Amino acid sequence: MTTNTSEIDEIKSTPWNGGRSPFNVEYGKMMMWFFLLSDAFTFSGLLIAYGALRFSSISWPNPDEVFQSAPGIHGGAPLVFVGIMTFILIMSSVTMVLAVEAGHRKAKSEVSKWMIWTIIGGLAFLGCQAWEWNHLHHEGAWWGSNPFLNEDGSVASTNFTNLFFTITGFHGFHVFSGVVLNVIIWINVLGGTYERRGHYDMIEKVGLYWHFVDLVWVFVFTFFYLV
Amino acid sequence: MSADQQHIAHHDEHGSMTKKKIWGVFWVLLGITAIEFFIALVLIPRGVFGQNIANVIYIALTLLKAFYIVAYFMHLKFEKLGLIYSIIVPLVFIIFFIIWMLYEGNFWMHIRM
Repeated sequence: MTTNTSEIDEIKSTPWNGGRSPFNVEYGKMMMWFFLLSDAFTFSGLLIAYGALRFSSISWPNPDEVFQSAPGIHGGAPLVFVGIMTFILIMSSVTMVLAVEAGHRKAKSEVSKWMIWTIIGGLAFLGCQAWEWNHLHHEGAWWGSNPFLNEDGSVASTNFTNLFFTITGFHGFHVFSGVVLNVIIWINVLGGTYERRGHYDMIEKVGLYWHFVDLVWVFVFTFFYLV
Repeated sequence: MSADQQHIAHHDEHGSMTKKKIWGVFWVLLGITAIEFFIALVLIPRGVFGQNIANVIYIALTLLKAFYIVAYFMHLKFEKLGLIYSIIVPLVFIIFFIIWMLYEGNFWMHIRM
């Protein structure tokens, strides 16, 4: 009888036999990972469509000529503005991890401080994107309208602008959603929700989403502005 | 039992990302981006190498940045191996899809030419 019980105990002690999380992560965090995996497929679909259409074109607009302006700089400055946007998003990712780190120490005021900086970073990025969209729109670029010539001087199809506005728009929508989530979590931090709960796991979950948005931007930046 | 495990999980996370490491990753990401800018604004205009070689370098550097964000900022490097595999292995389909669609795109271009 005693051997039977100890055998059952032994079976129960392996990670995949129930009673505990085999991945040793909280349910919500694991689900966030799987959501992000599905979102990675969505963004891949969009970027691969971009790649396929670009590969099928004999020539394509030169990004250094399309994106060469910044507020106060009218042309001749490729990569400057998008460099600022990239820096803002990397910075806001850093402040997000710092919020997670403070959450591990249950330091409420520090979590709050870093969440505020993350939200400011997100809003700054959205502001930059709004400026860039507005600028391109004034130059005549929009869905279905492409004023930029191909690198070889021929007239370009509207694939370039359609893909640019769809993909950066979808990414910008993710940034916007992230800012909304961050604000909700920040309000909960201030209200002491996580203090009462005993852990700041929600900061980690929203943090995963926020880093994913940064991750997607790394790819958008490379394929729209560099390549 | 479950409180015990939660304690273990939190203990692991404590040890993995300190403030110093977070800023370390920040400088790596900023450094890689600076290299990309240096290639685009200095090396290519001076003709050190062509756009095609630069594109390969850009993609390698992008994947390196992605690794640092996912491994350290998203903390995946410190999770259980099972979770790491269940996130990374499905991405194989994306690699397949990239090869498939770019090959197809290239084929369309040859039809157009």
